[in-house]
Amino acid sequence: MPGSPRVPGSPRVKCVIRTDVPPPEPATLVDDFAPPLILPGAHKLCAGCGEPAAMRAVVEMIAEMGFTRRAVAVFGIGCYTAFSPGLDVEVMQALHGRAPSLATGLKRVHPDSIVFTMQGDGDMVNEGLQEVIHTAARGENVTCVMLNNGVFGETGGHMTATTVLGQRTKNSLEGREAKKHGFPIRMAEMLAPLDGVAYVARGATNNARNIFRTRKMLRSALAAQDEKRGFSFVEILTMCPTGWFIETGDAPAYLSDKMASFHKMGVIKNAAVAS
Amino acid sequence: MSGKVSRGTLVIDIDRCKGCELCIDACRPNVLSMTTDKRNALGYLYPVLEPGCVACHACALICPDFVFQVWRYTRPVAAANQGAET
Amino acid sequence: MSAELLEGSEAIARAMVSAGCRFFAGYPMTPFTEVLEGMAKLMPAAGGDCVNAESELEAIGMAWGAAAAGARTATGSVGQGLSLMQESIAELCFARVPMVVLNMARGQGDYYQATRGGGHGDYRTIVLAPVDLAEAVRLVQLAFYLADKFRNPVMFMGDYYLAHVFEAVDTATVDFGALPRKDWALDGSSSGSGNARIVSSIMPTKRNAPIYVEYGAYLETGGQKIAAIERQMEPMYEQAGCEDADCVIVAYGTPARIVRYVVGQLRREGLRVGFFRPVTLWPFPSAQLAAATRSARGIGVYELNAGQMIDDVRLAVRDRNASSIGGPSFDSSGFGIAPDLTPSKVAARIRAFLAETCQAAPACQAAPACRGAPA
Repeated sequence: MPGSPRVPGSPRVKCVIRTDVPPPEPATLVDDFAPPLILPGAHKLCAGCGEPAAMRAVVEMIAEMGFTRRAVAVFGIGCYTAFSPGLDVEVMQALHGRAPSLATGLKRVHPDSIVFTMQGDGDMVNEGLQEVIHTAARGENVTCVMLNNGVFGETGGHMTATTVLGQRTKNSLEGREAKKHGFPIRMAEMLAPLDGVAYVARGATNNARNIFRTRKMLRSALAAQDEKRGFSFVEILTMCPTGWFIETGDAPAYLSDKMASFHKMGVIKNAAVAS
Repeated sequence: MSGKVSRGTLVIDIDRCKGCELCIDACRPNVLSMTTDKRNALGYLYPVLEPGCVACHACALICPDFVFQVWRYTRPVAAANQGAET
Repeated sequence: MSAELLEGSEAIARAMVSAGCRFFAGYPMTPFTEVLEGMAKLMPAAGGDCVNAESELEAIGMAWGAAAAGARTATGSVGQGLSLMQESIAELCFARVPMVVLNMARGQGDYYQATRGGGHGDYRTIVLAPVDLAEAVRLVQLAFYLADKFRNPVMFMGDYYLAHVFEAVDTATVDFGALPRKDWALDGSSSGSGNARIVSSIMPTKRNAPIYVEYGAYLETGGQKIAAIERQMEPMYEQAGCEDADCVIVAYGTPARIVRYVVGQLRREGLRVGFFRPVTLWPFPSAQLAAATRSARGIGVYELNAGQMIDDVRLAVRDRNASSIGGPSFDSSGFGIAPDLTPSKVAARIRAFLAETCQAAPACQAAPACRGAPA
C-alpha cells in the first residue's frame, strides 16, 4: 500500500490493542472524536482532506477562549461549506467571495460578537479579492480564515490565484506556467501592509506540529478581534490530494515541498494596535 | 507480545475511516498501522493500535473523519493489561 | 411631527430613519447619491451605521450581514448598480433575509429588472412605486414592514424627480402594525446551545434540526414563498374614472403624476378616459386592472421605456387591446428629468391614442366631444 512506511514487504507480527471498547484501566479523556461544536454526522469530504482539521482547530480555539456564546461564522462557498449546517455555531452563509462584507455588516450591528469567515483560496483570492482587501484596509474587527489548498476543490480541482508554479490542476495539466497562466498571489503578504490590519499569519494542517502552530495563530487572531485591534487574518494551507492528483499519504510532503515553499508559514504581522 | 507500556490509548470508530493514512504519518511513537486485509463497512482499510501510545492526540487532530477518541491513562499500562491480541 | 419642506432624497432618508432603519450601505451613483449622503448624516445620530461600500456588490453584502443580525437595513442604487446586486437579491429571497432596496432610477427602464428580477431561480421581490414624495415617505416605511413580515427584499422605485423635488411632507414614524420578534436573527448567543441559528440560502437548517433540509429539497420550495406573499398581500393601486371610460391610461411612478393630472383635464372636457396606477408593481394589481378596464375599448400604457409594464397589463386584461403610448425619454445627461414629462406632451399622446382608438371602433358610444377630438 503506497505511503505506508510501517508495513514493509512481509507483514510483521503486530500486538494489537483493542480499540472498540473504552480503556480497561483508569484514564482521562483527551479528545472525544470531534469537538462539541462540530455536530455528529459525516461531512462527505474526501479521504485525506486537510479542511476538517482546520475547521476543528478554529472551533476548538473559539471554545478554549470562551468565545462560544459570542461566535458567528460566515461561510463562503467551497468544500468546507459542508460544515455550515454541521457546526453548533451560528452561521451566516455568504455567496462565493462575499463573506467579508457580510461579516462587516453583522459586526457593525453586534460589535461584541466574535465574527469569523471560513473561506477557500478560490473564494477569497479569485472571486472575493476586493472584498477582503477593503475589509482589511478599513480595519474591520473581524477574523478572516482562508483555507488554501491551491485549487477550486468543489468543482473538481481547478487553478486558482494561489496555485503555485508547476502545480498540476485540471486547467494547468502540464503544471502552472507563468507565461501561460500568470503568477500566483500570496494573500497573507498582500494584506499585511494595510494599516487596518492587526494580525496576519499562515499555518498548515499537514502534520500535528503545524496544527499546533496554527492553533496558536488562530488564538492570536481571535484575541486581536476581541481586543478590537483591527482586522485579523489566518491563512491555513490545507491538503487536497484529490485536487493535487496524488495519494493521500503523499499529501503532507506535497504541502511542505510545493505549497509551503511559496506560501511560507509563519506570523507575518502582529501589531499592538492597527497602525 | 510487546513488553511496551502505553501512557494512552484510543477508541477508534473504524466505520467512519476513509483509509487516508494521515494518522499513520502523524503518530509520534509510530504505534498506528493500517490493516492489510480487514476492511470496514465503507470498504476501507483502517488503523490499528499497538502498545506505546503517549496520548499526544496528533492522530485525532489530523484525522479528517474524526475517528479517534484519545485517552490518557492515570498510570502507564503494560500491554498485557490492554486487551492486546497478536 | 408636522409637514416640512424637504428635498426628496433627504425626506426619504428621514423616513427610513423613522421606520427604524439602523444600517445603510451604498455606493455613489446619480441620482441615488443624495440618499446615501442623507443616511451618512442621519445614521450615527440615530445609533446606526452608514458605510460607503467599495462597490454595489459589497454594499448589498454589508446590508445582508446587518439584516441577518436583526437590524432594519436598506441599500440602494440606480438601475446599472442594481444590475450588480441581482445575485444577492435573489439569494436574500432564498435566505429569507428582510431588506429594503431603493432604485433611484434613471427613467423607467428598470421595470423588468424590479419585477422579473435579473437574478436566478424562483423568487419575486415586492415592488413599491410612489407617485410623489408624500406617498414615497409613507411607502418607504411600509417597505420595511413588508420586508420584515415576509422576510424578503422589498424594492422601492424612485427616480431623479423624486430625489430632487421639494415637497412639504411629514416623515414621522408610521405604525403599520405589530410584527413577530426576530428570533431567527444572529448575534452569537445560540452558539454552543445545540440549537445554533443559521441564516442560509443554501442549507437553511442545521444537521441536528428536527427536519434537516438538503439544498435540493430547499430549492423546490421557492414557489411556495411567492405564492404565500401573493395570498397574504393585497396589491395596491389607484384608479379614477374607469367605470364609464372608453379608454384607460395606465402609468406608474412620477410619470403617473402627470398622466393623472392630464386625464383629469380631459375628463373635464367631456372625454371618457380613465386612469389606473399600480402602486405595487409586484404583486401587480391584475384582477383590479381587469375589472377597471372591463368595458374599456382601449388601454394605453404610458411608461418611459420601450414597453415593459405593458407585459403585465396584457397578462391582466387577457385579449383586450393594450398599446404602448409612452417611450424612452432622456435629457442630454441621460439621467435628469425626461423632456416628455410635460402636461401638454403627455396630453398630446393621450389624445392621439383616444382618436386612434375611437377611429378604430366601428360603433363608438363616446360622447360627441370625444369624436374627432383635436390633437
